[in-house]
Amino acid sequence: MSSALSLAHEPVTGIRHGKLGMWIFLASEVMFFSGFFTAFIILRNTNLPVFAHGASELNWQLAALNTVNLIVSSLTMAMAILSLEHGNKSRFQLYMGITFLCACGFLVIKYIEYTTKFSHGIYPGTSSFFGLYFTMTGFHAMHVIGGMIPIGWMLAKSFTKRGYRDWERVEILGLYWHFVDLVWIFLFPILYLIF
Amino acid sequence: MAAVATQHDHAHVETHDESHAHDHAHHSVSFIRKYIFSTDHKTIAKQFLTTSMFFLLVGGAFALFIRWQLAYPGEPIPLVGKWLPDSLVSNGAVQPGFYTQLVTMHATIMIFFVIIPMATGAFANFCIPLMIGTDDMAMPTVNMVSFWLVPIAGLTIMSGFFVEGGTAAAGWTNYPPLSASGTGHMLWVIGVFLVGFSSILGGMNYLATTLNKRAKGMRMFDMPLTVWALFITSILQVLGTPVLASAMSLLFVDQVFHAGIFIPENLLTPNGGLYPSGANVGAGGGGQPVLWQHLFWFYSHPAVYIMIVPIMGVVSDVLATFARKAIFGYKAMVFAIMAIAFLGFVVWGHHMFLSGMSPLLGTTFMLSTIVIAVPSSIKIFNWLGTVWKGNIHFTTPNLNALGFISTFVCGGLSGVFMAIGPIDVYIHDTYFIVAHIHYVLFGGSLFGIFAGMYYWYPKMFGKMYNETLGKFHFFLTFITFNLCFFPMHMIGVGGHMRRIYDPYVYEFLKPFQPINQFITIFAIAMGFSQLILIFNLLWSLKFGRKAPRNPWRANTLEWAAPGHPGHGNFDRDITVYRGPYEFASPESKRDYLPQWIRPAHIEQETSVAEKH
Repeated sequence: MSSALSLAHEPVTGIRHGKLGMWIFLASEVMFFSGFFTAFIILRNTNLPVFAHGASELNWQLAALNTVNLIVSSLTMAMAILSLEHGNKSRFQLYMGITFLCACGFLVIKYIEYTTKFSHGIYPGTSSFFGLYFTMTGFHAMHVIGGMIPIGWMLAKSFTKRGYRDWERVEILGLYWHFVDLVWIFLFPILYLIF
Repeated sequence: MAAVATQHDHAHVETHDESHAHDHAHHSVSFIRKYIFSTDHKTIAKQFLTTSMFFLLVGGAFALFIRWQLAYPGEPIPLVGKWLPDSLVSNGAVQPGFYTQLVTMHATIMIFFVIIPMATGAFANFCIPLMIGTDDMAMPTVNMVSFWLVPIAGLTIMSGFFVEGGTAAAGWTNYPPLSASGTGHMLWVIGVFLVGFSSILGGMNYLATTLNKRAKGMRMFDMPLTVWALFITSILQVLGTPVLASAMSLLFVDQVFHAGIFIPENLLTPNGGLYPSGANVGAGGGGQPVLWQHLFWFYSHPAVYIMIVPIMGVVSDVLATFARKAIFGYKAMVFAIMAIAFLGFVVWGHHMFLSGMSPLLGTTFMLSTIVIAVPSSIKIFNWLGTVWKGNIHFTTPNLNALGFISTFVCGGLSGVFMAIGPIDVYIHDTYFIVAHIHYVLFGGSLFGIFAGMYYWYPKMFGKMYNETLGKFHFFLTFITFNLCFFPMHMIGVGGHMRRIYDPYVYEFLKPFQPINQFITIFAIAMGFSQLILIFNLLWSLKFGRKAPRNPWRANTLEWAAPGHPGHGNFDRDITVYRGPYEFASPESKRDYLPQWIRPAHIEQETSVAEKH
């Protein structure tokens, strides 16, 4: 009640609440995508021709470009954290900006992929493969957008007079961003490369 | 034995960093911030409680409609029948379509909007910060979002009654292909997805809070069993619920685009066409309805433990306090909870013995399920060991806790019947299952929730409830509960199906009509007995005696807080010196020794604490 109390002491584990919460959230996210991967494995094993045909219609070159895109953004995210921790504001803005641009690039390529599929008359209802393809990549794209919002916010904040100095928060965001990258690393081979 | 903190109580004042200061700074908050979009864990707990109580009444009313139809098929529902629209009832009597919607919505509401929000939302929010001696949750805003998703999800699901084709009607398990079409099912999927998200956010917060915000000197093994139980439940929520969410997303894709993930190839509908509306959905690759069942039960079996484990913790605390004895085998209790939670993740297949499964896999699921009886029995025997030769006070919370044990033993034993594959083949989808689920969820969870509600009512609202009304409510509920649900075992073994609109179309079920009428009479009596509870809670809120700080002379930290704690909870610093169950300790003249009393000042501090 009164601020003279020390109830809100340092975290017992020594890990900031938000960071601990993020790790727990990521554990939950792993289970979320595991559900899709399970469904993918089961359905692929029972409908191999459909899945092989579906995968052959996907554009693996664009997806490979997107893989590079996300790996680069993960690297720049890590460098942005490091720069802010060292108090280097302009470097932080540069790396965070590249991260944001990579994310935009990812979405643009994703958009091209989706619209090409639609123009060929391929929709989520085309087959169980495309049902899974659109669900999995769709949820992944939503995660990318979900990460871009705080990235953009932190970046915009650092250009204001007060600046942005909470590198630990950027680190928490980084955990999430690397996870989103990691999900793509799994999605890319199973959707595009095996057929 | 006790974890004695080396620092003095006030040593940590300077570590009070800026980020927390704002929690305490604003005392004059607006009405909306204080009561609606509050971030105070106690207010959020009350919000969960009132929302769940509302849904309890709705779900209860649905149950009575179901019971009426089974006892008096085709007769108009008394009182409310004539007010319902013709799409649901004909001449006031339940129509078959409405009946399946009622069965689905009764279970959905009771599970997702009553028991889970009460057991985790209300109790975890109220108890965790108070019992570990801290000011609020680790992430208060996330906590607020976690509550507000529940009413939104509830409205989404209930809005299904107003769309064409009605609300979800494929049972609460929502098996495709039956559930893979219709707006009502889509709304159901969206609603359950949202309530699941609320559950994940809540679980995240409870875990982070328990790990990070324990009072000085409190080790994990100094935590009360309620907190332990909620902690482990949160792990189940965080790891189990997302799998349901991905299953829901895939079902949604099937509903909207007919992708054929769960819809099998060449599925024919009763009117002879291919499903749905003539299109051969599965042609693009045969879907797997059983895949849904695996994904669904991978969550929904742990969900059973999400609904019962917190209650086990609550009951442990209530029993120890009112037996004036330490909980028997504290660590065994903790490890038993962990064992139940772990086994809960590897037994989901026992819901699917009749769905088509390799006999070898079925045997595995059967054995792992039977093994759950071991940690459950550890808990039962330890509760009995706790009250054994105790100085038992038969207060309302304690009566409800003892009621929990007796009904949970009954429900647990009928669970072992079902775990055994060959027996389950016979009783699957009969009223035996209905009896079992109500013995564990109503007799178990709900009695435990009542126990917790009465036990923490003084701390939650600052007033004492009416003990006479409380006991009256307990005995009425307990008697009517058993008379209502026990006969279901018998008609179940007699072959009465679980979800059937009119059982008496079958000759062999006709003799069961008098039993069904008997059940219905006591179901109605049980339903209306709950009005006593509601009256008691509301009346005491206004006219109850002011609650003292520690009315039960309990040991845990929530009783160190003022009678009706404000934002920030405590008016003193908390350091923990001993475990939560130091009853009849030789160190104190009294029969209890709270966790926060300093060892050198036991007499003086306990008597000061008793005065106000």
